[in-house]
Amino acid sequence: MVQPASHDPMVPQVMRVAQAQLDAPDVFTLKLEPEADLPRFTPGQFNMLTAFGVGESAISVSGDPASGDGIVHTIRAVGAVSRALTELRVGDSLGLRGPFGVGWPMEELYGKDVILLAGGIGLAPLRPAIYRLLAERERFGAVAILYGTRSPADILFRSEVESWRQRLDVDVHVTVDHADESWHGQVGVVTTLLPRIAFDPGRTVALLCGPEIMMRFGVQALGSVGVPDEGMYLSMERSMKCGIGLCGHCQFSPAFVCKDGPVFRYDQIRYLLALKEL
Amino acid sequence: MAVEGLERIVRDHPFFKGLDESFLELVCGCAQNVRFEAGAYLFREGGPADQLYLIREGRVALEIAAPGSGAVTFQTVSEGEIVGISWLFPPYRWTYDARAMERVRAIGMDATCLRTKCEADHDLGYDVMKRLVPILFQRLQATRLQVLDIYGKPAA
Ligand SMILES: Cc1cc2nc3c(=O)[nH]c(=O)nc-3n(C[C@H](O)[C@H](O)[C@H](O)COP(=O)(O)OP(=O)(O)OC[C@H]3O[C@@H](n4cnc5c(N)ncnc54)[C@H](O)[C@@H]3O)c2cc1C
Repeated sequence: MVQPASHDPMVPQVMRVAQAQLDAPDVFTLKLEPEADLPRFTPGQFNMLTAFGVGESAISVSGDPASGDGIVHTIRAVGAVSRALTELRVGDSLGLRGPFGVGWPMEELYGKDVILLAGGIGLAPLRPAIYRLLAERERFGAVAILYGTRSPADILFRSEVESWRQRLDVDVHVTVDHADESWHGQVGVVTTLLPRIAFDPGRTVALLCGPEIMMRFGVQALGSVGVPDEGMYLSMERSMKCGIGLCGHCQFSPAFVCKDGPVFRYDQIRYLLALKEL
Repeated sequence: MAVEGLERIVRDHPFFKGLDESFLELVCGCAQNVRFEAGAYLFREGGPADQLYLIREGRVALEIAAPGSGAVTFQTVSEGEIVGISWLFPPYRWTYDARAMERVRAIGMDATCLRTKCEADHDLGYDVMKRLVPILFQRLQATRLQVLDIYGKPAA
């Protein structure tokens, strides 16, 4: 696992916003530049971002791990901290601790068919994995990206999704919950996309990220077509504080979401999914 | 089209996959090939629900007209899927619009014919029910997720 660049993982580094882009209503993608060394990360890891004077939130890295050009995060404004983060503009400063956690099992995907099942803002934590898959495309079997979101206006990284769709070696399907007549794509929940792709369930690994209800339905749908529990990985967004397994805020015996996750293999966290609060 | 051609299409459609040969002949007696150009309606809300469509090609938008905001598409249906369930139960009226988003080729099943045959032969009727109920269940589940608005803003 990649270690945080900062010696003391509780002390934030100061970062500067180099780019801020509106990606969907209330969703901003920020490119951050550090004042010192750039921390390295693996796909699926997250940072703790501080909006000074407001608070700190766990936010997954959404940029390309191979790019040495800043750290990219995509944030949806839902509460005080996330709103303050989305209100940052070029030149503003913020704090960053990380990267933390165990990300997507990229090496385990070699030679396998790979399904990425993303819902809403959940495409952001999967994007670094998509960059890796595309960069090393020949090392994987069939690759499918299934993305569901609320409406056409909520599609994240739209031009990039369109460019992935044009590739002949990746199967990309997008669906929305509802649309008006100007939308020519698919309408329906994300699991309805599964019958549209070809894969060998026994040698498939699925990576899921999105609202927990969506992931629960996703797991059921994948299981019903024969993908084993050990072939599904989920990124859990349970609330956390320290990020390094010390404070116990996100602990559910025996796992800490921050330290042992946020990505877990489904058979190891089945019990967590049924819990309302953590 | 030759009857064998129609039988082959009905047999190969996922909805009737694995259908017993004797049933196949019965249901094919109710079937015909149909085509809709982009923008045409397969049916409109309130009209008599007299067909079951097995989609062979193209995409269909299922829509509800919302006052002030035009039509809202709540589901799309494509190749290998079916459109139309209201023909099963009284009052046999469509409860939404179905619009071809592109050119659509389908098998249209005359619903009165199919219902009559299902009534006359309950084995066939039960077989058809077992094919329809999972689709109804999937749509119910999908509707639950849409109603929950899982990607929407959480209540503060
Ligand atoms: C490992 C990990 C990675 C994450 N990655 C991202 C990311 O890449 N981008 C991103 O925008 N967020 C991400 N989150 C969520 C983020 O950490 C915050 O929970 C979220 O931004 C809300 O924080 P807040 O303090 O602004 O709102 P709060 O004041 O905590 O909450 C405000 C309201 O939003 C609801 N809420 C809190 N969290 C969420 C959530 N995740 N989804 C929906 N509703 C929520 C609360 O129930 C409350 O109603 C991640 C969380 C974890 C644990």
